[in-house]
Amino acid sequence: MALLQRVTETHRQTVDFILDGQPCQALIGDTVLTAVLTQRNRLRIEEFNGTPRAGFCLMGACQDCWMRTEDGARLRACSTFITPGMRLVSV
Amino acid sequence: MMNSLSPVIVGAGPAGIRAAATLVAAGLKPVVVDEAIKAGGQIYRQPPDGFTRPKSSLYGFESRKADRLHRLFEAIQPQIDYRPGTLVWNAGANHLDLMAPDGTASSLGFSHLLLATGATDRIQPFAGWLTPGVFTLGAAQIALKFQGSILGPRVAFAGTGPLLYLVAYQYAKAGADVVGVFDTARFADKLAALPGLLHGVGHLAKGMYYVAWLRAHGVPLHGGIVPLRVEGEGRVQGFAWQGSGRARRVDCDAVAFGLGLRSETQLADLLGCRFAYDDLNRAWLPERNLSGRSSLPHVFLAGDGAGIAGADAAELAGERAALALLEDAGHLVDRRRIALLERRLQRIAKFRHGLERAFPLPLADWGGAALADDLVLCRCEAITVGSLRQAACDLGVTELNRLKALTRIGMGRCQGRICGAAASAILAAELGQQPGTVGRLRGQAPVKPLPVVTVSHEDAA
Repeated sequence: MALLQRVTETHRQTVDFILDGQPCQALIGDTVLTAVLTQRNRLRIEEFNGTPRAGFCLMGACQDCWMRTEDGARLRACSTFITPGMRLVSV
Repeated sequence: MMNSLSPVIVGAGPAGIRAAATLVAAGLKPVVVDEAIKAGGQIYRQPPDGFTRPKSSLYGFESRKADRLHRLFEAIQPQIDYRPGTLVWNAGANHLDLMAPDGTASSLGFSHLLLATGATDRIQPFAGWLTPGVFTLGAAQIALKFQGSILGPRVAFAGTGPLLYLVAYQYAKAGADVVGVFDTARFADKLAALPGLLHGVGHLAKGMYYVAWLRAHGVPLHGGIVPLRVEGEGRVQGFAWQGSGRARRVDCDAVAFGLGLRSETQLADLLGCRFAYDDLNRAWLPERNLSGRSSLPHVFLAGDGAGIAGADAAELAGERAALALLEDAGHLVDRRRIALLERRLQRIAKFRHGLERAFPLPLADWGGAALADDLVLCRCEAITVGSLRQAACDLGVTELNRLKALTRIGMGRCQGRICGAAASAILAAELGQQPGTVGRLRGQAPVKPLPVVTVSHEDAA
């Protein structure tokens, strides 16, 4: 089971995006963090010990939820909204 | 002179909104810079467009206050220069460096600055706290309020503070399986705190309601616990704690954790405000008096960003600090209003003393000396407790910034927001001193990571 479970506000329109090469769906208004953690248990592999990370504070303070896009850009998953066609990498 | 006033407010939570409204009422047009996309701060955070839950379901008992504040902000919006989604990443004597939502940098001058920068969860690390599925209490609440999602579904709520019971209650109501509330404070702490808590009867009643509701719905409530570890590889599978003299554990999918709140003081630091160690907050805070004046003549401080007192106090302090700003700029101000605001702030301060007794930071049996050497203290750069102790012991470090220089603690992307309090406790414990005696981590610009293009654009300008 994924780390985040949707319990309400599920009437929103869907957004298609790519996660680790796989087509995925999120909802308009999802942050990247919500879009990913409703399907996966991690956002990234941290660079020091190679352990998975999934964010911590969700308010832009801890900087734990950085994620990469396929073209190498970095974004903070808790404060960036998912957009159609976004291509994200969690490995 | 008055026409040349260019006041800037940083933060659009309860303190920032009240401050802005007060300046607008005096005929000024403040700039309001806020990192969030919508006003309200963390406590009255508004969901993105397209979300439809009513405020009563988002903010519970606080929905009327939330609604009043949101409406007030809507009403003054035509009279302010509002910059949502904008990070203040540096502060100089007369200007702020901003990064807009599209990543572009700009400089914003000010004649007077009012900082209402808010707070984040206060953290002490413990074994397994890096496991995916461990989040702060604030994070747990944001997932629900801002995204209609919950951690879990089986969640352990651990730590201490009023938020512990509130978020556990909100989660249980939203359908989560709350496997327990694990409070590091003891019931005896709460009894001892009663005289102070009676200064805030309304809040006390709400807190008791959450506790009673959780109990009535069969949620196990544990007091006086010490968290031992989060279990699970790759994701949370259980939570282990010490309670009633023995080690125990429970299966769960997530742990929501926090020990009260800590102020976001970086901008006050960069501006050069004088700081003092505050015993109540157990933190270094920019000095402010009851009026919201800082040690600098043109800088004013309001709300939880300069010491934790909660949302109601933040509204009062925001208005009070704005009146101080106006007075110092030569405006006539309503002295009776000022006296009323200050009386209310003083009453809340007494309640706040009670809260700190009810939910004390469990330093003695948990922070500092009790942490294992191999525990990773720094989420950003995987720095261990042992490496800090080694620096303190082998290299004779007695001050926090020296420790930072040698171990990189507090130098990662979060700039010590998460690890700073614990690093200070560890160094102090190693030296046999109190945390306030080992100095404080100095703030550095940028206060949060920026895309390289933002900085280079700024340099070119």
